[in-house]
Amino acid sequence: MPPEPILRLENIVKRFGAFTALHHIDLEIDEGEFLTIVGPSGCGKTTLIRLLVGIDEPTEGRIWLRDKRIEKVPANLRPTCMVFQSLALFPHRSVGENIEFPLKIRGETASRRKERALELLDLLHLPHDFYDKRINQCSGGERQRIALARALAFDPEILFFDEPLSALDFRLRKKLEKELKDLHERTGKTFVYITHSLEEAMVMSDRIAIMRQGRFEQIAVTDEIYARPISRFVAEFMGEVNLFDVEGTASGGLRGRGVEIQANATGGGTELTLPQGTQGALMVRPESVRFLHPGQTADFIVRGILRASYALGSRTQYKVESSEGIELAVEKLRQDRFMGNVGDEVVLGFDMQNTHMIRER
Amino acid sequence: MERSDRKIGFLSAVPITVILMLSFTAPLLVVLLFSVMPPKVFTLAHVPDFSSYGVLFSQGYYRSLLWSLGTALAATVLLFLICWPLAFAMAKVFKGFTLFITVAVVITLFVSENIRLFGWVLTLMKGGLIEGHLRAWVGWSFEGALYNVPVIIFGLVYVYFPFMLFPLVQGISMVPDDARQAAADLGATRRQIFWEVDLPLSAPGIVIGSLLTFVLGAGALAESKLLGGQAVIVIADEIETAFTYGQNWPLGSALSIILIIIIGSLAVFGVSRVDLDKIMGRRR
Repeated sequence: MPPEPILRLENIVKRFGAFTALHHIDLEIDEGEFLTIVGPSGCGKTTLIRLLVGIDEPTEGRIWLRDKRIEKVPANLRPTCMVFQSLALFPHRSVGENIEFPLKIRGETASRRKERALELLDLLHLPHDFYDKRINQCSGGERQRIALARALAFDPEILFFDEPLSALDFRLRKKLEKELKDLHERTGKTFVYITHSLEEAMVMSDRIAIMRQGRFEQIAVTDEIYARPISRFVAEFMGEVNLFDVEGTASGGLRGRGVEIQANATGGGTELTLPQGTQGALMVRPESVRFLHPGQTADFIVRGILRASYALGSRTQYKVESSEGIELAVEKLRQDRFMGNVGDEVVLGFDMQNTHMIRER
Repeated sequence: MERSDRKIGFLSAVPITVILMLSFTAPLLVVLLFSVMPPKVFTLAHVPDFSSYGVLFSQGYYRSLLWSLGTALAATVLLFLICWPLAFAMAKVFKGFTLFITVAVVITLFVSENIRLFGWVLTLMKGGLIEGHLRAWVGWSFEGALYNVPVIIFGLVYVYFPFMLFPLVQGISMVPDDARQAAADLGATRRQIFWEVDLPLSAPGIVIGSLLTFVLGAGALAESKLLGGQAVIVIADEIETAFTYGQNWPLGSALSIILIIIIGSLAVFGVSRVDLDKIMGRRR
């Protein structure tokens, strides 16, 4: 039995004066999942999360928490809670008092509060002596954990995150992303995370919702978003990608610019079809493209010149300019790196199982 | 480089230091010395005794002191209650309108305090603006609202309004919106947000505003004289009388010193409790 949605958005519209930030949004969030809403800045994701948390009200539409309508319920009466981008810790209170804040509001006794605060310090791998520290004595990563502990102390049905990791340096961010994912598994709570960073979304989420100009472009599990984007926007947003403009032919096959297509790779029986005369984009990720040695073949072949190579640590990325002037990205693991020189003529190939057709809408 | 910086700093501080020593510390020292002289002398060439301080209790001057402190305290509390909602709106709700209110309040300071208080005398006195009109239109006559303690407090509230309002606005604008929203998100009601977030985080502004109004109010003279008509005698009035009609400089000095000690220790205590750098927008 599929899990019941814990939160359901129906036809949500948010306008600020003449500007429409959210256009008729529908969304279902499943109990216990880790959903990440990703989009470029200005796409409406912050507006959306403020509606979900209850800081703002939608102009139109309904929000259901299980079977209760909550779009007009103020934030302090909702059983949900958010970790703010700024973290919004209370600077005049100690770490312990910050974590205990929601319990104090609820009127729990001091001993019960402290017990719970220490449990949460444990859960977030903070030593107990943090209890009496002041907020300004804590580092950025420690503050993240304190903000998280305070939100968990509230024991929310859904925990929202408004890009809380964006201000941290790269290494700490990577570490906390994994911790957050572990925490999600251990607590079993529903997490809804918003970010403009694709990598953050990929690491943590069960499902990803891509937002663009106040609408959802695609909502799907992480792998599908990566391998089967619904549009060029999603494909390009989700990391490096190679796109070839293609057109359906009368014989049911494909004709592309800059790419040689083997007859059996497209058309009937494959996924790579287009109605005759319509446009599409053939997508292949850089790691699925390989350098062909003489005598080797592939479903799709591109000839060009190696223009640059970039060492990315565990991987190496190559920039190849095809004979039609199209730039392609190729990525290889470090131990499989291509032994060629910039300026060499190269032949690239990739296979049908690694490609995806984006149909123009 | 650092040494020459320090030298420049020292040199540039010299003029103001000299001026302060001469104009501020020296007179204070004279007052301090006079306060320990025997009564009714006009030179410092006498054997010190502390008889002038004893007069505070024996001749009931302590009552004037209490009236001053009491009216100042009442005015401070009232001002806090009146100014908080307006200051909150100016800091968090109004946008361009805040500037309008600021200018409107500041403009009142362009007119001398005494003239503004006389305006209130003409408004509130028997036969004045209010009572006169009421009598003329509806034939209702009363004794006017002047010459009592509440009107003195009203005068203090009126005159020191800006001194509470602006520090409060500054203090409240230091409360991050995020902290208020986070508190609400964590279940706090408006009242709980006020007690747990607004009040502690705007404390520097509250302390500064309260100190300003209390200190100025405790030393105020014009309100009790003009509006109060000496219904009660405040300590500043007693000090003035001691120096002028009373011709008792040691008494006036002793009363001044007592007032300075009370207010000074209060101010030092208050300022030590708040982060002045923060309210001035400076980072340490």
